Amino acid sequence: MIDRAHVGRIWPPWEVEIEKGRLRLFAKAIGETRPIYTDESAARALGYRSIVAPPTFAFCLLADNPSPTHYLDDVGIPIRGVLHGEQTYAFHEIMCAGDRVRVARRVDDIYEKKGGALEFIVFESEVRQCGTNELIATGRQVMVCKRG
Amino acid sequence: MTDAHMLDVKAGDSIPSLELPPLTRATLALYAGGSGDHLPLHIDSDFARAAGYQDEFMHGMLGAAYITRMVTSWVPQEYLRGLAVRFVAITYPGESLTAMATVAAVTDDGHVELEVVLRNARGETKLTGHALIGPSAPIVQRLQEK
Repeated sequence: MIDRAHVGRIWPPWEVEIEKGRLRLFAKAIGETRPIYTDESAARALGYRSIVAPPTFAFCLLADNPSPTHYLDDVGIPIRGVLHGEQTYAFHEIMCAGDRVRVARRVDDIYEKKGGALEFIVFESEVRQCGTNELIATGRQVMVCKRG
Repeated sequence: MTDAHMLDVKAGDSIPSLELPPLTRATLALYAGGSGDHLPLHIDSDFARAAGYQDEFMHGMLGAAYITRMVTSWVPQEYLRGLAVRFVAITYPGESLTAMATVAAVTDDGHVELEVVLRNARGETKLTGHALIGPSAPIVQRLQEK
């Protein structure tokens, strides 16, 4: 059973530099070949600062938490029994290679369904530009845990 | 161009779908690297089987990325304002997915709500959700000024 005391838990925000090579690898992984996602000069020609990060990349930055422990371990969730149930995003600004961003995550809610057979934990996160504090995106992630 | 074709749509219209090749283990390995999600359920079949699954399986977020690839092929990324997805079923290597979307609503303030879905070749639903398309982002205005 997930300890309800984790509701409201905040991880210390961390900063990440968006790297061209990482964006190219992400584009390759999702089969994205359009030049604004792979070619800096093509992206610049269209008015972008550099290679554009695809929308869902914003929350890949959550994996870059420098914490030595996995965030699921931090709240006592065994990764064998966990599934990603839902994901919601609000997109505010485009992020490009070379940007330096700050990422934050907190536990918003923990609840159960089916008489406790399934537990849910909701994480909220946001990505902001470091210099201007401009909001790039927010996310809400629902993880489903099978008990037992 | 974008505004014109956004104005052209009405509830019930479809946007061009995105057909993906059969899912490979290589793609899952690449996605693990690119996304930073190294959860072994997605890249280690031994671990996945020991956890009770028939094989390693696709990151749900890769499915979400396929949805946004489809949407941003229809409108520039600046117009994608929101996305909400539910991961309905697991996808294993070898399955061929298609991303599809229909217009659920066009709002008075010019936003388009898309109903999005990811299905395999047998028609089984893997992901459902909604995407919100709208021209209100500041970056859109900046790009239009260039």
